[in-house]
Amino acid sequence: MSAVASAIPPRSLRGLADEWLPRIVLSPTLAMSLVFVYGFIVWTAYLSLTESRMMPSFDFAGLAQYARLFDNERWWTSAKNLGIFGSLFIGISVVLGLLIAILLDQKIRTEGALRAIYLYPMALSFIVTGTAWKWILNPGLGLEKLVRDWGYPNFTFDWLVNSNLSIYTVVIAGVWQSSGFVMALFLAGLRGVDEEIIKAAQVDGASLPRIYWKIVIPSLRPVFFSVLLILSHIAIKSFDLVMALTAGGPGNASDVPAIFMYQFSFNRGQLGLGAAAAMMMLMTIVAVLVPLMYLETRSARSAR
Amino acid sequence: MHADAQRLTLGRVALYALLVLFALYYLTPLYVVLTTSLKPMDEVRAGNLIALPQTWTIEAWHRAWNGACIGVDCNGLRPYFWNSVRMVVPSVLISTFIGALNGYVLAHWRFRGSEILFTALLVGCFIPFQVVLLPMARLLGIFGLANTTAGLIFVHVVYGLAFTTLFFRNFYISVPEELIKAARVDGAGFFLIFRKVVLPLSGPIFVVCIIWQFTQIWNDFLFGVAFNGGQQAPITVALNNLVNTSTGVKEYNVDMAAAVIAALPTLFVYIVAGRYFVRGLTAGAVKG
Amino acid sequence: MASLTLTNIRKVFPNGTEVLKGIDIGIGDGQFLILVGGSGCGKSTVLNIIAGLETLTSGEVKIGDRVVNALPPKDRDIAMVFQSYALYPSMSVRENIAFGLSIRKVAKDEQEKIIGRVADMLQIGHLLDRKPRQLSGGQRQRVAMARALARQPSLFLFDEPLSNLDAKLRVEVRSEIKLMHHRLGATIVYVTHDQIEAMTLGDRIAVMKDGVVQQFGSPQEIYDGPANLFVAGFIGSPSMNFLKGKLVSSNGSGVSFEAVHQDRTVPLPLKSAPKSARDWVGREVILGLRPERISNEDAHSYDIVVDCHIDLIEPTGPDTHVFTKLNGAKVCGRVHPRAPCFEGKSMPLAFDLSQAVLFDPKTEARIA
Repeated sequence: MSAVASAIPPRSLRGLADEWLPRIVLSPTLAMSLVFVYGFIVWTAYLSLTESRMMPSFDFAGLAQYARLFDNERWWTSAKNLGIFGSLFIGISVVLGLLIAILLDQKIRTEGALRAIYLYPMALSFIVTGTAWKWILNPGLGLEKLVRDWGYPNFTFDWLVNSNLSIYTVVIAGVWQSSGFVMALFLAGLRGVDEEIIKAAQVDGASLPRIYWKIVIPSLRPVFFSVLLILSHIAIKSFDLVMALTAGGPGNASDVPAIFMYQFSFNRGQLGLGAAAAMMMLMTIVAVLVPLMYLETRSARSAR
Repeated sequence: MHADAQRLTLGRVALYALLVLFALYYLTPLYVVLTTSLKPMDEVRAGNLIALPQTWTIEAWHRAWNGACIGVDCNGLRPYFWNSVRMVVPSVLISTFIGALNGYVLAHWRFRGSEILFTALLVGCFIPFQVVLLPMARLLGIFGLANTTAGLIFVHVVYGLAFTTLFFRNFYISVPEELIKAARVDGAGFFLIFRKVVLPLSGPIFVVCIIWQFTQIWNDFLFGVAFNGGQQAPITVALNNLVNTSTGVKEYNVDMAAAVIAALPTLFVYIVAGRYFVRGLTAGAVKG
Repeated sequence: MASLTLTNIRKVFPNGTEVLKGIDIGIGDGQFLILVGGSGCGKSTVLNIIAGLETLTSGEVKIGDRVVNALPPKDRDIAMVFQSYALYPSMSVRENIAFGLSIRKVAKDEQEKIIGRVADMLQIGHLLDRKPRQLSGGQRQRVAMARALARQPSLFLFDEPLSNLDAKLRVEVRSEIKLMHHRLGATIVYVTHDQIEAMTLGDRIAVMKDGVVQQFGSPQEIYDGPANLFVAGFIGSPSMNFLKGKLVSSNGSGVSFEAVHQDRTVPLPLKSAPKSARDWVGREVILGLRPERISNEDAHSYDIVVDCHIDLIEPTGPDTHVFTKLNGAKVCGRVHPRAPCFEGKSMPLAFDLSQAVLFDPKTEARIA
């Protein structure tokens, strides 16, 4: 037990040191967190309620910036794109990651090497990933040309420059980068499943797919939560990947809130609007994460 | 462990085939990037995506490293590479060390409210950084740290502390309380216990934390472009500038070479110490 | 060496649980005090408070004639041996022992002498350069004790040091601790949940439950005259038999306990009962009788023989435990291993009631 301050205060120097040093050591970090996280959030929130443009001003504007935000068609494009990208990115990554994890769980001989291959994209910057896929999906010189050279002269793959489809290229690149990570998490979860339960099911006569579907996957619920938490976080924050891959283009077709916020704040001198966009992003994350975490702790408690 | 005679059934063959297919999916981009970077430009235009180079050349690499034009300078990625190095090393070391001390306190010197403070700290992991960009930009400007490596180091330390503290706290919790008690009875105080008892046990978690932090900070783009987009920009910002310049002829092979250069350090770390990387991922994620 | 006095120690945890409700214990210089009880009784908390690893809510701790409440562990002149030994994993055995010494700025050559001395005493000289992970459980135990001995403190504290050892090793190390106590004349406070350790090692035993000392005394006092039902049931293995029944008058001024076996009522004469027991005639009491007092006829002196139906027998080697039922409760007796007894058959059991104790069923305190 650590020393808890009691009715009798320790009077020796060592006792004092032992009581206060921990607090002193932790305080810079906490102060920094207080100021640079919570304080800054408050600042940004305040900024979103002012008329700020190039420079922060303190003319209170109420919710005017938010009104402008919701009036802005580009914002709605970016929000829609986030929805499309987010759901596809998370959905496909989870399915792919789980599938590969289950495959790898079958006592594969070269498991270590394969795992390393599936996971290495996580070590790359999103900029690198975006750059690579931008080349691969290059209309004219990339995938399109490859398939044409193989004898399909009418094959087109111009998603990158197609207003309606450019957001899906981000999905492709994002899944490529993150599914390995999802796989690693699921694999760790699969390894934690009690062997004896599986054996009991086998004795009961269940086939392998059924065992996976009815026993193993449900037991992975906590991993699902973690994965959803992290992937949602990545999706909502997506900035690097989109910048490198499409820069939000063509035009604003693959715009996402993160880019919207950045450009309006840093390039277009609309601090108030940018701040409002940032606050919207924060609220979206909270709206997604808080119920998720609540569900997770509740299911964890009921599982006991 | 009963020896499962893994017979070469159709099922097993299909299994391996599927796994290899997936491996190809992950490896192909790397392959494409590498081969493209080793081709001369006319071959890039004429040939196709996955063809091996007919003329192997490292011209593109030279250009990417030394001569490519990024913004107004045409010195290649070299200066930006070293910018990143100068930025990453202090950031990693400082955030790791402070995280270690914090984790030590939170694991063994708990006081009233320390758990709440820890949770409050953790929340910092989850915010979208867009929400601190504007005030931070202003702050750095006020202190003359805008567009400097030092400013970027500061930002990375501040926002890296939540993760490093988490890593170390979770690790130090597994150090038995009785060890600390014994040291206290022996007469050791807060720092002596850390130095002589706890630190010697911390090898593995230091590796995990350093690798994780190195990867995160080297690969960061958002903070780089928002706070340090100028001469002292990190390599990720430079890479993006290079690839997205719309003036002049696009030299895809140079772009690819540049991408590989930017990716090399973290890839290297991954290859050498990959399992620590995984440990870091699962440790942080499972807690989350 | 020093005496130890605990006066009205109270400890309330921050979440409101009162884990110690007023502990008063005093032992003299060179005595071996045992704190024994089930888990959650507060014994480890008392030890931590004596050590200074936890603060108390109110009360006083005196080591020798110093009040040490405000002092950190370092200044209390104590040494502690932990259940998990708590050896510093990254240091060699030698460094482990020297750690506390160097903090106290003991000169290097003096350190060497001390290390040599304790290594000899505990026979770990050949282990000095090894790391803890290279040692067996018993060896680690010795190193932990060596570390404590090296500092020659006024007070030794042991926190369940034998719990992690296997049964055989436990017995060996137990004797070593006892020997050490004799040789050094050290003042020792020893926490355990094992009542055999308590009985064999201690000069004084404090039996604890729910943060209160149920009884404080010498092993024999506690064994023969337990203060209440808890102490009586806790000390002694197999544990004391408890029979609930009526106390009746017998032979004029004597009392007897009404034992009921199957359908028969057998009065057990309590010839050694004090006069005060007469106040309980006609009322329900609980009779406590140790298993060794129920035996076969040739084994010991007895007051009465009762034919009992044997439900279960457990041969243990030195004797055989027989189980029967009296007053609805399971009763254990210890008979000679070669005495004829069979499960399902009746056997004459001789009851020696000279050491029987009586408890009030409501307060659970001993009445006679």
